[in-house]
Amino acid sequence: MKLDAIKAWFRQASFYAEEAYNAPYRSAIARAKREQDDLFMLLVFSEMMGVPNPASYYTLELQPLLLERFHDWHQRMGMEHSPLDQFRCC
Amino acid sequence: MNAVYLMLMGLGAMALGYFIYSKFICEKIFQVDPNFRTPAHELQDGVDYVPTNKYILWGHHFTSVAGAAPILGPAIAVIWGWVPAFLWVVFGTIFFAGVHDAGAIWASSRNKGRSIGALTGDIVGNRARSIFMIVIFLVLLMVNAVFAVVIANQLINFPSATLPVWGAIVVALIIGQLIYRKIIGLLLVTVIGVVALYGMIYVGPMLPFSLPEETLFGLSDRQSWIVLLFVYAAIASLLPVWALLQPRDYINGIQLFIGLGLLYGAVLIASPDVVAPAFNTDVPEGTPSLIPLLFVTIACGAISGFHGLVASGTTSKQLDKEPDLRFVGYFGAVGEGALALAAIIAVSAGFATLADWQAIYHNFGQGGVAAFTRGGANILEQGLGLDTVMAQTLLTVMVVLFAGTTMDTGLRLQRYIFQEWGSIYHIGWMQKTLPATLLAVGCCLLLAFGAGGDGAGGMLIWPLFGTTNQLLAGLTLLVITVMLVKLGRPMWYTLAPLLFLLCMTTLGLLIQLKSFYDKGDWFLFTLDLVILAAAILVILEASSALTKQIKANKAQVQSDEA
Repeated sequence: MKLDAIKAWFRQASFYAEEAYNAPYRSAIARAKREQDDLFMLLVFSEMMGVPNPASYYTLELQPLLLERFHDWHQRMGMEHSPLDQFRCC
Repeated sequence: MNAVYLMLMGLGAMALGYFIYSKFICEKIFQVDPNFRTPAHELQDGVDYVPTNKYILWGHHFTSVAGAAPILGPAIAVIWGWVPAFLWVVFGTIFFAGVHDAGAIWASSRNKGRSIGALTGDIVGNRARSIFMIVIFLVLLMVNAVFAVVIANQLINFPSATLPVWGAIVVALIIGQLIYRKIIGLLLVTVIGVVALYGMIYVGPMLPFSLPEETLFGLSDRQSWIVLLFVYAAIASLLPVWALLQPRDYINGIQLFIGLGLLYGAVLIASPDVVAPAFNTDVPEGTPSLIPLLFVTIACGAISGFHGLVASGTTSKQLDKEPDLRFVGYFGAVGEGALALAAIIAVSAGFATLADWQAIYHNFGQGGVAAFTRGGANILEQGLGLDTVMAQTLLTVMVVLFAGTTMDTGLRLQRYIFQEWGSIYHIGWMQKTLPATLLAVGCCLLLAFGAGGDGAGGMLIWPLFGTTNQLLAGLTLLVITVMLVKLGRPMWYTLAPLLFLLCMTTLGLLIQLKSFYDKGDWFLFTLDLVILAAAILVILEASSALTKQIKANKAQVQSDEA
């Protein structure tokens, strides 16, 4: 019983500590991660936009996996509509 | 008079302010609605807009706004006696800062979490928005320059703090790695970090370190520290935030609570007598008049425009329920008022006799943080039995870490401004990170050295910083007032503080303008003129925006009647 109470207190304390640590910087870190992901998207879809990519054989495999993010990505990159000719998301 | 009474009176008044006045303001004037969908819910994206627990949000808001400024301002202003400083901090917190901070969160949350800068453009006008950018830039510039000088002075006065101050950066870097790579849990890391920091504070007095009086390139020790600090701040502002800024802020936050607790605890136990005069009738020669300078010397701790930037920039985007803004905004201001009050007690009750006090406050701009450190250390020694040198080291580390964090955050923000200007005016190189950072550092160094050859002149710009900061607060209050008028609610609760601030700021600028002219200090004279121009523009904008809105309201009423 007592052990449970201590455990519950510990969980509560770690929750507050984690939040206190992460809350102020959540957006800055998420933004930095998004920038890295954006670069990765460019690498994966580069061949389709006419930029030669020696690793395209491998990145081709990744394209379906990243397709879900594609629309958000091209809009974020300042292209209102899909830049691809073969298939369009919008 | 006993300092315990001072403490109880101050804290009691602020508590009344929180329980009564803030309830009135939030329920009757802002009319916060528990059912309102805050931007954190409406625009939730996991990046900027995240509903956050109100205690966490308060902690974040409070630690972002509380820094070295609420210590430095009161510690200088006590030169006019402790009563004026005490009254301005207490009443400023209750009627100015609390309303301003909570109002900034309210205004922003009612406008999709947009920042006060953007709101100024929407609600007041585009000209006001340009003024806003310039004022922010000046505030950041001055805060960086002043804090660099403050830290350098502290490191020269208290060499025992050199090791813990720079060691804290190493601790933060290690903690950052431990947490980012998820090596051990956060609670354990917290304990290790705090123990390491206080361990270094314990060791510091045994290994004091100071730079030689004359260092490379013929720079004095103060100048070398200033240059070193900016080199550090530039590097820190370029590192990813998780590496240094995040763990440093976290440790600082914990330290702030420990420091405040220790100080107030020591005051309770030691119950020292206030030795400083209630009203100093015998001020040293060259001290400017209390009105208006008191109201710009103490900015943070009474009202500070910087809070509006934090409140509308990040806090409002994380607000879970609208009524939380009372706790987060108003109580955040109360927390900062409590820090300023602790500073007042330390510098007015921390000395044995009036002669000791006068020996430190022999000139305007003297005292400051060094007086806080000495006075506070005496109280800590009497109350908790800490060794004086160690207590001094502890307080120095507290102040320097605050100032240091503000510096690297400030430099980062300045870089963003340069990059934004670069993109507005199509200057390619200015948009890149490194040149923009160097430009920001260059401006700060220019100010730190331009204000006084040996860097000591940095303190001269403190009242100027205060005026600029108040101007920023005025712009935020203007936005809130115009919004209230638009909604047909009473405007005097925000308009009265606004008018008071604008009067004091303008008067303060004019008086300083004259003193810079008399001294032939053309650098600061020009800076003062720029701020004065901004102040006049703010006044014009305020009157035109308000009259326009009031007229529009009247026309509305007439058309409704007809």
